[in-house]
Amino acid sequence: MHPPFPTATPLLAICSSLVAVPLIALSGKKPNLREFWTLLAGAIKFCLVISMAGWILAGNTHTFELWQFLPGLSIKLTVDGFGMLFALVASSLWILTSVYSIGYMRGLNEHAQTRYFCFFALSLSATIGVAFSGNLLTLYLFYELLSLSTYPLVTHHQDTEARGGGRKYLAYLLSTSIGLALPAMLVTYSLAGTLDFNVLGIFPEATAKSTLLVLLVMFIYGFAKAGVMPFHSWLPGAMVAPTPVSALLHAVAVVKVGVFSIGRILTGIFGINLLAAQNLNTVVCVIAGFTVIVSSLIALSQDNLKRRLAFSTVGQLSYIILGIGLASILGVQGGMLHIAMHAFGKITLFFCAGAIFVATGKKYISEMVGIGRRMPYTMFAFFLGSLSVIGLPPAGGLISKFLMVRGALQADLWWVLVIYLVSSFLNAAYFLPIVYKAFFCSEEEALFEKKVDEAPMCCVLPLTITAGISIGLFFYPNLFYSLAQIAIAMP
Amino acid sequence: MEYILAKYNYWIYILLMMIGLYAMIAKNNLVKKVIGMSIFQTAIIVFYVSIGAKRGASIPIIAHGHGHDVIATAVSAAEYANPLPHVLMLTAIVVSVGTLGVALAVCLAIYRRYNSLEEDEILEQLR
Amino acid sequence: MIASEQAVALMVVLPLLSALVINMAGWFDRRLCFPIALFALLGSCCSAFITVSRVIKSGVIHYRLGGWAPPMGIEYVVDHLNALVLVIIFVVSLLALLFSYKSIQVELPEKILQFYTLYLLLVAGLAGMTITGDAFNLYVLMEISALTSYALIALGDKRALVASFNYIILGTIGASLYLLGVGHLYIMTGSLNMADLQTILPALLDARAIAVAFVLVMGGVWVKMAFFPMHGWLPNAYSYAPSSTSCLVAPLMTKVSVYIMIRMMFSVFNPNYIFVYLDWGRLVVPLATVAIIFGSISALAQKDLRKMLTYIIVAEVGYMVGGAWLANVTGLTGAIYHILADAMMTLCLFMVVGAIIYKLKDSSMDSMEFIFRRMPVTSVVFVIGAFAMIGIPPTCGFFSKWYLISGAIETSQWHYIFALLFSSLVNAFVFFRLFEIGFFGKKPADGHDHHAPEIAVSEAPVTMLVPMVLTALSLIAIGIYTNEIVTVLITKTLPVGL
Repeated sequence: MHPPFPTATPLLAICSSLVAVPLIALSGKKPNLREFWTLLAGAIKFCLVISMAGWILAGNTHTFELWQFLPGLSIKLTVDGFGMLFALVASSLWILTSVYSIGYMRGLNEHAQTRYFCFFALSLSATIGVAFSGNLLTLYLFYELLSLSTYPLVTHHQDTEARGGGRKYLAYLLSTSIGLALPAMLVTYSLAGTLDFNVLGIFPEATAKSTLLVLLVMFIYGFAKAGVMPFHSWLPGAMVAPTPVSALLHAVAVVKVGVFSIGRILTGIFGINLLAAQNLNTVVCVIAGFTVIVSSLIALSQDNLKRRLAFSTVGQLSYIILGIGLASILGVQGGMLHIAMHAFGKITLFFCAGAIFVATGKKYISEMVGIGRRMPYTMFAFFLGSLSVIGLPPAGGLISKFLMVRGALQADLWWVLVIYLVSSFLNAAYFLPIVYKAFFCSEEEALFEKKVDEAPMCCVLPLTITAGISIGLFFYPNLFYSLAQIAIAMP
Repeated sequence: MEYILAKYNYWIYILLMMIGLYAMIAKNNLVKKVIGMSIFQTAIIVFYVSIGAKRGASIPIIAHGHGHDVIATAVSAAEYANPLPHVLMLTAIVVSVGTLGVALAVCLAIYRRYNSLEEDEILEQLR
Repeated sequence: MIASEQAVALMVVLPLLSALVINMAGWFDRRLCFPIALFALLGSCCSAFITVSRVIKSGVIHYRLGGWAPPMGIEYVVDHLNALVLVIIFVVSLLALLFSYKSIQVELPEKILQFYTLYLLLVAGLAGMTITGDAFNLYVLMEISALTSYALIALGDKRALVASFNYIILGTIGASLYLLGVGHLYIMTGSLNMADLQTILPALLDARAIAVAFVLVMGGVWVKMAFFPMHGWLPNAYSYAPSSTSCLVAPLMTKVSVYIMIRMMFSVFNPNYIFVYLDWGRLVVPLATVAIIFGSISALAQKDLRKMLTYIIVAEVGYMVGGAWLANVTGLTGAIYHILADAMMTLCLFMVVGAIIYKLKDSSMDSMEFIFRRMPVTSVVFVIGAFAMIGIPPTCGFFSKWYLISGAIETSQWHYIFALLFSSLVNAFVFFRLFEIGFFGKKPADGHDHHAPEIAVSEAPVTMLVPMVLTALSLIAIGIYTNEIVTVLITKTLPVGL
């Protein structure tokens, strides 16, 4: 059956923001035109992704092959449930983030805004590329492209702190991808003779368990964007970036690309049947579970709001890996769903942190006592976002966490259940006090006047929308849920 | 002993080569290095020339080598020295002269700039 | 039709004769030198492409010089392997020639005539080395290219003379060892023609003189290509040469030597002899590992851009030698592919440094300060070249590593894999250090509201930018067309029995 959209649509979706790069660069002198290009590209990209969604939801996959690099290895774009889920999240959030960026960058009168928007568009192309990768080589290509194109964004301020953060960022990401992921990929290729993703796994049956174990560990640590400990510390370091960058790239695009890559490898290269049969899922759970608990504990002690959010992200990412690593159908579905749920929740929180910084210049939680009096909308959105991340009703996070918990039972790993529960308590412990102090504090404690003075409209609008979506996902999770179901459906 | 004597041509070229190599590596003076280089190349030329020679063979010029006699004389190739290595060495000599020329020219330029041909003194100035 | 047959000879003859013409024409008017050289190389470049297409269409071409049949006469043989190398030589030399137009006017205004004469002679020598099917002829051409490169390097700044002198000494040792090896082969076989040698040699497996000949030939070629530990001459020679010289010499000399090594290993000797009878792969691959690691670590320690690049070349030579000695098809494919990839990468980076020297008269790392703002096009080219060196897909550097590592996995040479990955990481470190200087400046300010000083754009002239941009694009194109290059050209050259 022929798909109802042009076969090259996934490529166009990747390229729509790539084409925007020169246009943005050329219209650097006219900020309004420049921002028009950014938004136009975002809208086109989103429409292209949406146009494929119906076909995918009907249970089909779509493959588009470009040129061959090596015999049997080509640039291959495949759109399936998992990729579509991620592409939808990334492309929809890009539009909101662009709007937010415009408000943020103009509000603070940042330098080199043209460069900023250029690389922003470039990194989005790479993200969608990862989402639509049909084999590991293509995924690796876009993964590297993303690391490199986000470097100028992370180091945007061009001061000593940015240089340090940037160094850490690249040192972790490049050394792991070249040192671990690349050789693991090559060994996989020499063992399996293919790198195309397949739900059933690609390793021949005779592969020794020790080999699989080594490869698994190399892959999990090799895609360090997922922030699995001990390769997590680039993430807090990269918080030197401007807040919209932190928001989109470090709560959504970059880190989710890492998690997505690992998810792809677990489900498409190893295959969950193999993981469960060889007991390798316990290895993944141990690695990820450790990160979940430790990072939540570290997050408790952070006073810088963005750093606290960063450590929370580290924990939540491993949460997702934990879900997929359970290698049970429900667990994998929950993990995939949590990519979407956490994305909307966490981006809300980052937007709020940025809005607070634009409006008041405050970065530390201890300076935010009573801020709800001045910025009630922002802080209410923050509250909703944190509900979703913690996994409390009525927010979308609950659904994905519930699925993962059921997945743990399905996989017969009761101790994972404990990890989920403990970490949810910890999540609550580091988010809710912020909200509490913001609204309910005594008159003497409050550091802000009781006069509403929000950040610019461009900043507040997106965060309201994302907060609304993360609540909405509690009531209407079907789109993402069915995509996750399709993604793991065995042929 | 016989082993050494029987292949004396090889031992001579090896000896010459080592002398050349020693001079190229160990000597401090640049011109001496160049001399060593020349000895080194000559050793190889000697080697080639010697492998073309045969005991009691004559120079490879076939007298009255026109017409029908050619085939008759060519059969007794063993009586003539092998001319090919010698021909090759004509080229190699040209090459080594060329190298010598370039090396000496560079030496000259070095002397003009640093006023010395001793390697240690030049390195001193470069530091 | 005749023209396309003569194209084989034309590739060598055209630059050779043009060198003479330049020398004469240059006495009348110095401005004639550049156009003559340009036309000669354009002609050769076209001939190279004609030859390649002929080889792809109808197989190996034999061209008898003067009509003398081998093994008496000298024969030019063009197969898929050296057709590729010939294209590399002429494309690189043409691009570097364009690049040299401006830089030579600044660096060597008095020596334009000599420069272009030597330049063409060097190209002729390299092309001859690549195309010839005769082992002794190869020696002569090797010395032609070596002599001209000594002179070209000696034209450089004040330290170049000493560097050139050291190069003369070591280069002569290398060439002489090669000659000696060929002499041993001649004693045993009575032939100098490569194809002839290959048919005779398998019968002489056990002769000790053959092993000696092999060692001498390899030793000679390794000195020429600066394989560790015979690399000492290279860094100084390439970094003190005039920037246009290093643009030509750095990409080509080592690569052509690697080609000679592969030619000798597989077209004169045979894989069975090297890898089974002698079994020396297990000695040479570890040496290549050491070369890669040594080159990478030394590159880290450099403060000068060109010095750094030259040590990277030392490491890259280790890549190619290691790949060729892995004793399997994948590794050899990687080594041959890397000849192409590395020639273009090296050209790209040396041109960038040349452009920086042209604008700023400085090649220290600090000259990279704010390069992104000052020379945006150059810096983009630099970024692409650096990515290729690091091995980021889809640039060609990634795919050569892919093949080399796959080859090493097949033979379980884990140390070689480690070295390749290590050198990728070191390259990443080295280049990102430069990006940092270019992006942040030497000392970024602490404050958040700091704005980098305004620096006016001042780009290199168009004659430099065009070849640079073309090279950078070729890095990506070569990467994208890896499969075509490998299937059309490289797999056809792989020796039987590997």
